Amino acid sequence: MDATLTLVVDGRPTTLTVDTRTTVLDALREHLDATSPKKGCDHGQCGSCTVLCNGRRVLACLSLAVAHDGDEITTAEGLAPEGERHAVQVAFLEADAYQCGYCTPGQICSAVGMLDEAAAGHPSAVSGDVAAPPTLDRTEIAERMSGNLCRCAAYVNIVTAIERVHAGETAR
Amino acid sequence: MKPFTYARPDDAAGAVDLVAGDPDAAFLAGGTNLVDHLKLGIASPTTLVDVTSLTSDRIDDLPPAHGDTDGGLRIGAAVRNSDLAAHGRVRAEYPVLAEALLQGASGQLRNMATTGGNLLQRTRCAYFGDRTTPCNKREPGSGCSAIGGWARYHAILGATHEPAGQACVATHPSDMAVAMAVLDAQVQVLGPDGERTIPLEEFHRLPGDDPTRDTVLRHGELITAVDLPAAPIATSSTYRKVRDRASYAFALVSVAAAMEVVDGPDGPVVADVRIALGGVAHTPWRATRAEDALRGGPATDEAFRAAAAAETAGARPIESAVGGNAFKVPLVAGTLAAALRTLAHDPSTDPTEEPG
Ligand SMILES: Cc1cc2nc3c(=O)[nH]c(=O)nc-3n(C[C@H](O)[C@H](O)[C@H](O)COP(=O)(O)OP(=O)(O)OC[C@H]3O[C@@H](n4cnc5c(N)ncnc54)[C@H](O)[C@@H]3O)c2cc1C
Ligand code: SF4
Ligand code: FES
Ligand code: FES
Repeated sequence: MDATLTLVVDGRPTTLTVDTRTTVLDALREHLDATSPKKGCDHGQCGSCTVLCNGRRVLACLSLAVAHDGDEITTAEGLAPEGERHAVQVAFLEADAYQCGYCTPGQICSAVGMLDEAAAGHPSAVSGDVAAPPTLDRTEIAERMSGNLCRCAAYVNIVTAIERVHAGETAR
Repeated sequence: MKPFTYARPDDAAGAVDLVAGDPDAAFLAGGTNLVDHLKLGIASPTTLVDVTSLTSDRIDDLPPAHGDTDGGLRIGAAVRNSDLAAHGRVRAEYPVLAEALLQGASGQLRNMATTGGNLLQRTRCAYFGDRTTPCNKREPGSGCSAIGGWARYHAILGATHEPAGQACVATHPSDMAVAMAVLDAQVQVLGPDGERTIPLEEFHRLPGDDPTRDTVLRHGELITAVDLPAAPIATSSTYRKVRDRASYAFALVSVAAAMEVVDGPDGPVVADVRIALGGVAHTPWRATRAEDALRGGPATDEAFRAAAAAETAGARPIESAVGGNAFKVPLVAGTLAAALRTLAHDPSTDPTEEPG
């Protein structure tokens, strides 16, 4: 059964007709040529498909496209204007926060969403007092990024990259 | 995945009518469990009724109940797990709930998962998710592959072991629900015959002779909200979860606890306590035997462990060469004792507490 819907992908509204079974991830990759979100597991277990939906990080593989008619989807490619790089992207390059790069677009989108959550005062499982405003240290960053697996285990440098963005060492 | 029609009616009543009138229709919320099950072929609705914009996504203050000074909270069914965990009153007055939510899933999943969907997520039993294996929950009468199989995440309390065609030793995977069990939460439901309120403790059911049913909710009944009554004891509450890796993993065992301790002539005394266990049963397991054992007695590590032993006295672990779960009996004792120690006094002064 087909459905017609509009996704605003990296700022560009696109209307497409897809089978209702199509996920946001498949709509992006197979129909809209937006291939930076990656399909790792397709079951919500790895984070490589992470995109921002109306500004919040979500998993594109468990999102049905029909349920997101009109939503703004931002992929790693759309974080900065054409030809420029987002601070998180710069930090990943400078900290050598990847090896094969497969998980990287998902890590970057997740980091952008996570920094916003932390700035809004959201606690995490390792915040000592859940009622207190959180302070982002390496343990907090690792916990908040636990939804993004890296098969190359670039974790140490991923945490460093995010730590630097948070400290303002990389211009946002 | 089987083809399906997607529907978004005008209001909650319209959604209830659509699903109640069609045995093959299902509600869709965040989709983090249902979309996975569509892919695995273990759910195959022909109509999906999206309720994310039809139920409330607000957390509202409830007026004080008769005789109380403070009111509780009403959590709309569409409130995302991340927003519930970040809510000021939840963090300050019901920390057990914020902590449970934050120890579940990942940041991305919590941004998607809703309060209603979380209560109705299905077991993570590996055989339930694998259509090639026998499973009474998925295919009644086919048998239970977990008994004698990989049962590390399975139940030690309240399970059905025989007859073979009805057996099920699955656990309920929600962390949020375990916290809500100690908070005496009330589930608000809209059905074809109107509204009803189901206490959370009665919402999930043991497998009994019908493991296909996880809850008492009837087909077509929509969760509209979850109410948390005012609970002064909950300001001193915590959630402790033990898992195979430090984050982004389901519970082997978890403990939700709230405790009020007063000074007695011979040391601290448990004035009141509420405990629920996760990872041990088909439901969030309210540990009333442990509560009764503790109330009025000393708040000591010894008493905490004795209370856990009282609760697990009737445990029936699964023996299996490829992964049994007898380890859960001592794990419940250790986890319960650790949770209650942190509530009994400042954990930073306890040499048995590990930092972090
Ligand atoms: C990799 C992974 C790890 C996870 N780890 C954890 C964890 O550690 N702890 C934990 O607790 N959870 C964990 N989860 C599960 C997650 O919390 C649930 O999938 C989520 O809470 C379900 O909510 P949803 O809104 O996405 O539900 P959906 O998937 O949309 O729906 C789930 C079910 O509820 C029904 N439903 C939804 N809303 C309503 C309503 N209002 N009324 C009636 N029926 C309704 C649907 O028909 C469906 O049957 C994990 C999930 C994944 C994929
Ligand atoms: S424990 Fe329950 S869900 Fe798992 S295989 Fe047995 S019957 Fe199926
Ligand atoms: S592809 Fe979406 S989480 Fe793995
Ligand atoms: S860089 Fe290879 S998977 Fe992360």
